[in-house]
Amino acid sequence: MSIPVSATADPPEIAAEVALASQPRSRVWARLRTHPSAMVGFGILAVYVLASFLGPLVFRYDPIHQNLADAYLPISPAHPLGTDDLGRDELVRLLFGARYTLVLGFAAVAIGVGIGVPVGAISGYFGGWVDLLGQRVTDILLAFPNILLALALVATLGVGLQNVIISVGITSIPVFVRLVRASALSVRELPYVEAGRALGVPSLVILLRHVVPNSLAPVIVQASLQLGAAILIAAGLGFLGLGVQSPTPEWGTMLGQSRGYIFSDANLATFPGLAIFGAVLAFNLVGDGLRDALDPRLQ
Amino acid sequence: MWKGGPDPRCLLLTYIVRRLLVAIPTLLGVATVIFSLLRLLPGDPAITIAGPTATPETIVNIRHQLGLDQPVWQQYLGFLGRLLRGDLGISTRTGAPVVQEIFTRAPFTAVLAVTSLVLAIAIGVLAGVVAATRRNTGADLGISGGAVFGVSMPTYWLGLMLIVVFAVHLRVLPAAGADAGALSLVLPAITLALFSMGLVARQTRSAMLEVLGQDYVRTARAKGAGRSAVLVRHALRNALLPIVTTIGLQFGALLGGAVLTESVFAWPGVGRLLVDSISSRDYPVVQGVVLLLSLAFIAINLLTDLVYAYVDPRIRYS
Repeated sequence: MSIPVSATADPPEIAAEVALASQPRSRVWARLRTHPSAMVGFGILAVYVLASFLGPLVFRYDPIHQNLADAYLPISPAHPLGTDDLGRDELVRLLFGARYTLVLGFAAVAIGVGIGVPVGAISGYFGGWVDLLGQRVTDILLAFPNILLALALVATLGVGLQNVIISVGITSIPVFVRLVRASALSVRELPYVEAGRALGVPSLVILLRHVVPNSLAPVIVQASLQLGAAILIAAGLGFLGLGVQSPTPEWGTMLGQSRGYIFSDANLATFPGLAIFGAVLAFNLVGDGLRDALDPRLQ
Repeated sequence: MWKGGPDPRCLLLTYIVRRLLVAIPTLLGVATVIFSLLRLLPGDPAITIAGPTATPETIVNIRHQLGLDQPVWQQYLGFLGRLLRGDLGISTRTGAPVVQEIFTRAPFTAVLAVTSLVLAIAIGVLAGVVAATRRNTGADLGISGGAVFGVSMPTYWLGLMLIVVFAVHLRVLPAAGADAGALSLVLPAITLALFSMGLVARQTRSAMLEVLGQDYVRTARAKGAGRSAVLVRHALRNALLPIVTTIGLQFGALLGGAVLTESVFAWPGVGRLLVDSISSRDYPVVQGVVLLLSLAFIAINLLTDLVYAYVDPRIRYS
């Protein structure tokens, strides 16, 4: 391999793949329920989801419509987080922004999992030139620092929600390829898989029934951590003015536009950033919790 | 003393050569991706680059300048040929050679990235060791919690908040630019370092915990070795491998993160050059910066692998 084994493919997760096959799911949930940081993570996510749906019912402002007479209003009962430079309620914009952030994160990671898992499974299971090709392509994707690849892709595809999802999604493919490939390599050698092959079980069936399920645990852990990373990168693109475009209330874009006012109204920078931080923190905490719950060595 | 078998130094050399050879297809792939970027622009790249107010002559000029009037295979071979000669083209914004644009800025990025890396390693490793040796105490909880906060923090937001506190309210540090010497480096370096610091601390803690449970550490303690000797000579040395990997990967992350940090602090490095060039559709510069940062990343990964092989005697160079 020309890139060192990534920090995400270290032994704990490899061990975790054995775990899921051998333990009932209820045990995993039981461990997760007593894991304090995982519960904090789930709690933050629940608040975000609830707030993004219920909040706009309480504060009935339009997140897009400008009202210049109300610009830069301070924090008050009517506007709990004040208003922005165009007189829009900051809290309502943040509440709507939660939807964009969650959609961005989940859609991008879905691309990463959707392409990375099959490529990794096929690459590891079949080996040979298929593996060689898959690994060289993965190497090339990994040769770009991740935000750089997303930036280069957005520079080419253009800005906007859909292109940000595609760009960030592509950057999250290689992690899953590496993870599932490593697992497929070990599953391929298992006696019952070899037996199945000898009996003439089609490769597709072995892949779907043994290779992919065996890598499920590390993929779940990684997907959670990757959600945090995807949100950070997508918001970073927005911050640079190369993400979801205004007036869409995307947190990164809001933060980027607040830079003009940090000397006069720092609130406009504080809250969108805090919102991004909370979302990323939540996915990282859940990811840590899942890793601990799925790794039998730590019990 | 080495007795029999092939000379280990020779094996190491073979390993290095082999690793360099494996890097070649990756380099070629990176160059191909970068070449394709411009060609994948929707519509006619020359029209996109020239902007909405361009005259037909400007568009023809740009098309000729970028070689877009040639067949694709000719463009590709020409691109690779120029790369080998170190020619990255001409900036469409300033008219200066891209290489020159990049090399006047590269030292700023290098200084920022290296300072942040040193900060991240020094504080990250120390914090990780402390957390591991005081497992499940308040110190561990604080450090582990701080590390999760560090890796979850949007660096661009942290940068803005630091500007608000130290430049706007306290007025002790400059908010932007690189004109105040070392003082102007303080906030960008801290901002850029935080994420890597968190990761290094986490990796160090878990690697140390694994090693501290090993028999040889217990043996070292039992034979009466001092506490710090056990920690440094027996535990940390053996925990170093995953830490080295993390640090290698982090240097790449720092190069990527520099793009955002430089943008926050108006730091005149290649990251800011990249963002400015994307906004002004200066594609030769975009290609050049992406290529340079990827090359640096590949080189660092290669170096990490070599350090890894050097640190771990168990790795066979075959």
